[in-house]
Amino acid sequence: MLSLNFSSVLHGQYLHWFLLGAICTLLLFAVSWVIGFLLSLIVVAVRSSGARFLVAAAAGFVGYHRNVPELVQLFVWYFGVPQLLPATWQQLINNTGNSEFIFATIALSLNVAAYMSEDLRSGIRSLPSAQLEAARALGLSYISSMRKVILPQALKVAVPPLVNQSLGLFKSTSLAMAIGVAEMTYVSQQVENESFRTFEAFAVASIFYWTVSFLIMGLGTVWSKRLNMDGTR
Amino acid sequence: MITFENVEKWYGEYRALHEIQETIRRGEVVVICGPSGSGKSTLIRTINRLEPINKGRITVNGRDIYASGVNVNKLRSEIGFVFQHFNLFPHMSVLRNLMLAPMDVRGVTGSEARDRAMTLLQKVGMAHKADAYPGQLSGGQQQRAAIARALAMQPPVMLFDEPTSALDPEMVGEVLQVMKQLAKDGMTMICVTHEMGFAREVADRILFMDEGTVLERAKPHDFFANPEHPRAQKFVSDIRH
Amino acid sequence: MTDLFHILHDYGLLLLVGQFPQGPLGGLALTLCLAVAGLLISFPLAVLVGIARTSTHTVIYLPVSVAVHLIRGLPVLMIIFWAYFIVPLAIGRSVSALTTVLCALVVYELAFMGEVIRAGIQALPKGQIEAARSLGLNGFQVMRRVVLPQALFHMLPSILNRFISLIKNTSLGYIISLNELTYSAYQINIQLLTKPFQVYTILAVTYFLICWSLGQAMTRLERRIQARRERTAAYVESTIIASA
Repeated sequence: MLSLNFSSVLHGQYLHWFLLGAICTLLLFAVSWVIGFLLSLIVVAVRSSGARFLVAAAAGFVGYHRNVPELVQLFVWYFGVPQLLPATWQQLINNTGNSEFIFATIALSLNVAAYMSEDLRSGIRSLPSAQLEAARALGLSYISSMRKVILPQALKVAVPPLVNQSLGLFKSTSLAMAIGVAEMTYVSQQVENESFRTFEAFAVASIFYWTVSFLIMGLGTVWSKRLNMDGTR
Repeated sequence: MITFENVEKWYGEYRALHEIQETIRRGEVVVICGPSGSGKSTLIRTINRLEPINKGRITVNGRDIYASGVNVNKLRSEIGFVFQHFNLFPHMSVLRNLMLAPMDVRGVTGSEARDRAMTLLQKVGMAHKADAYPGQLSGGQQQRAAIARALAMQPPVMLFDEPTSALDPEMVGEVLQVMKQLAKDGMTMICVTHEMGFAREVADRILFMDEGTVLERAKPHDFFANPEHPRAQKFVSDIRH
Repeated sequence: MTDLFHILHDYGLLLLVGQFPQGPLGGLALTLCLAVAGLLISFPLAVLVGIARTSTHTVIYLPVSVAVHLIRGLPVLMIIFWAYFIVPLAIGRSVSALTTVLCALVVYELAFMGEVIRAGIQALPKGQIEAARSLGLNGFQVMRRVVLPQALFHMLPSILNRFISLIKNTSLGYIISLNELTYSAYQINIQLLTKPFQVYTILAVTYFLICWSLGQAMTRLERRIQARRERTAAYVESTIIASA
């Protein structure tokens, strides 16, 4: 059993699969991250807008995504939502040939947006309220104040939890395998099924995840240091 | 009973303790004073090994505290230490604070530990607060309880690290009262303190420190009337104003 | 929608307890049992991990830290797959999906709850440890009598949070066909075929209700602990002047 043979798993068809799996994972991660981050900014803005219905809706959005397992969120989108869509939309999505990827991206983006918005909210709350007052007193509109004064500072504070969320998002891409997205975890199972080299197949996938995880953490530390170089805080 | 032989301590370039050569005899009450950052706290913290030293030897009762056979926990159980910020255990009542060490370290039975604790609390005027929790006590009460806690282990020597520096002025008196009584009862005490009234009243000797060295040793009367070292003179005149 | 009520009426029991008593426990009951078992097993181990992570002995600190970082760098699914592969090898015979998922969840929580406990230990003021050691208590006694009681109490909300996480992670048992709540919903969906949205909505709402209630309990607990701390600090501070 202990005769490990990594080369058998790392060439030809299998290597091809692993590479595609890695690319798929990274793509899923990147797209979800960008959409999620932008969305989280909107959610934060909505939540502090003061309009009762909007605030409640945003709170509900965050509450849903934090209390329902991510896998279930994925299923609601992939299995449940198409049932509600008009036939033309369903056709459109199916014709792309990548419906699984699209739904996975939607589910992951919304989920990470909810968590990131909470981290940003904490970041904003940690700022002295005088900051917003000062900005408004200078004549900036609410949106300008948020954009130019509050959010930049809140982002600095929120970098460590945001890096954690990014890490979480990266690992959550593995859930997409449940709906057939050929990301790394799916591929490692495929390779394992075909080659019977369980340890090697899982090890390759694990090394991929560890490498990127540590890269993300490293980037986060660098980014955090750079943001704090002006000596504030 | 406690000796320092050529003790040195440094952090990188910074000399925290330099050429410390002292002997403290049984029953002596020694007060260490000096400007902040002079190394006074560091000095007494080396005695129970809360701070390590880089060079030299410290002996307690004739034994080198860093000798190979020395059990650091046993050493500490025989030295009473009172902190500036009391450090009572907030999740235990005052009584339990006092009972913890005798029971866990010396194996004293619960009832005996309780009796000992109540006697000590009586002595420091805290018997009525035995079942209170530290969070319900004033600073002065906490410090008196902390002194009783250290005494519960029946140590032959008590170390005080600025015991009243964190207290409101009106609470300083009650703590000093306890310390003065201890001194009168013959306890060997080393106190780092700014309370010069206390020093004048009960200290046998004053050690003046600055920048990690002992610059002057004198009896309290002589120290306050005629300090010899220029920095000691400045210190004494500063505290007068 | 009336559909929802019909589904709940016809399949409610399946969702709740699986095949029990005609078969093994499943559904929501299994999910909760699995989460509780995971918590009970991983908690004492996580305390050891937390202590190890604050240890000054490299021989203890290093391997545990490396292990924690490796576990945290992997998706839970990968850990389940590893457990699926390793546990039968370690025990010597094949194991059920339940055992596999339980092992995987415990390993995962070891790392995360271990970090929570480490944070709790490190948040304790140094003076507490110094005072305890000055009295002559050894390392073990200091941990047991002074550090852990305080650290664990302050970390209760975070530990509850990890329990909520455990409940959500049990849903991954679906991947290896463990008959917990999510898999039960999947089975219902296959039978009905035309109502996936309703089925999965019921599933989502069920998880939501449980996790949200626990989250509310956690917030209330947090507030009470914080209030107690503030009352203590405020009173003591009123009798203390700021230190030099």
